[in-house]
Amino acid sequence: MKKPSFAFFGKKAELSPSPDIEAAALRSDRFRLEREDDWRQLEDILGKIEKGRLRKLSDDDVLALPTLYRTAASSLAVARETSLDASTLTYLESLVQRAWFQVYGPRQGLFAWFRKFLGGNLSRSIQEIWLDICVALFVMIAGTITGWLLVARDVEWYYALVPTQFTDTRVPGASREILLESLKVEDSAQGMSAFAAQLFTNNAGVAILAFALGFAFGIPSLMLLVHNMAVLGAMLWLFSEQGLFWEFAAWLSVHGTTELFAILLSGAAGMHIGRKMAFPGQKSVMASAAEGGQRAAQVMIGVVMMMIFAALLEAFPRQLAGTEARAIIGVFMLIFWIAYFFAFGRKPADKSGQEQVE
Amino acid sequence: MSGRTADRLAQRRAKRERILVTPEGVALRLSIGSRSARAGALLLDFTILTVSTIATTFLLIWIAQGTRIDTDFGQMTGATEFLIVVWSLMWFIAWNGYFMFFEMGPRGATPGKRAMGLRVASRDGGRLTPEAVVARNLLRDVELFLPIVFIFSASAGAGGLAGWSALMWFLVFVLFPFFNRDSMRAGDLVAGTWVLEAVNTRLDHAISTGGAASDGASVVTGASYKFGDDELSVYGEYELQTLERVLREGRPDAIEAVAETICRKIGWNPGAGDEEAFLQAFYSQLRARLETDMRFGKRKADKFG
Repeated sequence: MKKPSFAFFGKKAELSPSPDIEAAALRSDRFRLEREDDWRQLEDILGKIEKGRLRKLSDDDVLALPTLYRTAASSLAVARETSLDASTLTYLESLVQRAWFQVYGPRQGLFAWFRKFLGGNLSRSIQEIWLDICVALFVMIAGTITGWLLVARDVEWYYALVPTQFTDTRVPGASREILLESLKVEDSAQGMSAFAAQLFTNNAGVAILAFALGFAFGIPSLMLLVHNMAVLGAMLWLFSEQGLFWEFAAWLSVHGTTELFAILLSGAAGMHIGRKMAFPGQKSVMASAAEGGQRAAQVMIGVVMMMIFAALLEAFPRQLAGTEARAIIGVFMLIFWIAYFFAFGRKPADKSGQEQVE
Repeated sequence: MSGRTADRLAQRRAKRERILVTPEGVALRLSIGSRSARAGALLLDFTILTVSTIATTFLLIWIAQGTRIDTDFGQMTGATEFLIVVWSLMWFIAWNGYFMFFEMGPRGATPGKRAMGLRVASRDGGRLTPEAVVARNLLRDVELFLPIVFIFSASAGAGGLAGWSALMWFLVFVLFPFFNRDSMRAGDLVAGTWVLEAVNTRLDHAISTGGAASDGASVVTGASYKFGDDELSVYGEYELQTLERVLREGRPDAIEAVAETICRKIGWNPGAGDEEAFLQAFYSQLRARLETDMRFGKRKADKFG
């Protein structure tokens, strides 16, 4: 009886069939014994790949993988028609399935993927959800105006909209000096990086929420956008009452252009999923949702990166720079993002033609 | 295990099976991961995450205490501040990145899923893209984390209605896998993925090549077992595979019982002491016969066939 030899995984040493194979009475057993070494070699390679020990793989192994996979697949097809050995069949099925995941899942490394992501995939995904971005932008502007108008009518709305703490000085009726104080330039960077990290996790959380709520056909995403922007509208009103509109806008724009843009994108990404599910077009709902979901997920990775930028800007330049510098940084960031997302990474061939037709 | 339970289990398995045809034209049977296994995997992953993040938190606190020794307590030193940054980023990256990092790996599974024998795969048979992994994991926030936070904050506060609506929300997502055939959660739906059973079977030794199997002669007694056509024609493939299982497990009582049953069925006198050789011989001769028939396109599923 031939024992399975787990120690021997090298190349086949001899080409002549071993006496075992000659001795096997059944044709299906001879079939199995002749190919067993190949199967085990494939199993060994797969084990190394699955454990992530790619360095241990020799060049020969990498070259052998597709061939061995096809051998195993054809072995399986033959064995199904000629062999009744249940253990061999189960083994081959599992082996071919494992190999299939590795052979037809030619993963690019995370870094290769990331390079492509920054080098155009992100921009293209964002360009593809332009309609959702327009809707989200409209909703955000509408939210801001609503917040402003509500507070302008009735000051009590301010307390309802803006989550004020007891120590917060930015309340209706505050004098110009107090409001100006809240916009002042800090004299040292102490404590700022901790502040930035907190801001980042908080804002990224909000963005992920806006995205994920899109699953419910996008309506909660829009509501979240409206609420957040109404807060902004209310605060804009408060500062403009004391003639500090531009100072506040500059203070906000340092990181705000990046952060609000990111929130806009995450809301649009969430809505994109909802829209794809509600109006799948020619595709099935599942396929349409999956396509939209993957596109939106790319946008969301971009959003998280923007949030890192925004938190850094919010913690350092906003607190340390004066009004003009703040405004310049804010506008510059906005131009940078728009250029990167909409002017960069356009596909030269069929895609651009389609867009022009639209 | 009684026959009925086994049947029901087999039915359930068949319900979870999907056929995937590889580009070579070989049909592969994929099996959707069971919901219980997935719940177990999630619990395992959460345990790993909770324990490691809390352990890191304690470690950072311990380090932070070291940095405070020679300054007064009101003032935050640069080192402490750095530790706070590390801590908040660690928390965010761990809870968001853990699933993504492991599912993008070559196994397509987190440690919890790996322990439960599961893996994530693309539903259309293509490769599992990083986008899909990101999408399915970002939705976990609304599916689990957020409503749980809501439930706890609502029950602590006054809001009864908020608590109930959070519970409803939670239930909608938790029960989502029960209302579709492929037991996908909302994240799977949006990402175009599903969770499959990861198979990994070892090749067992061939039992029909040596000893009594090859020439029908027993090593123990020297007796030679040869079966005639009519004796071999009573059984089919199902019985053959049951016999294979019995021989592989090698439990003496089962072997004796099976040998006795076969003897009675084919009209032999059951002997004692040499059952294993008898069964090996019977197995290989039955298989030889069935496989020969198979090559001519005749298949016999079981003894009734």
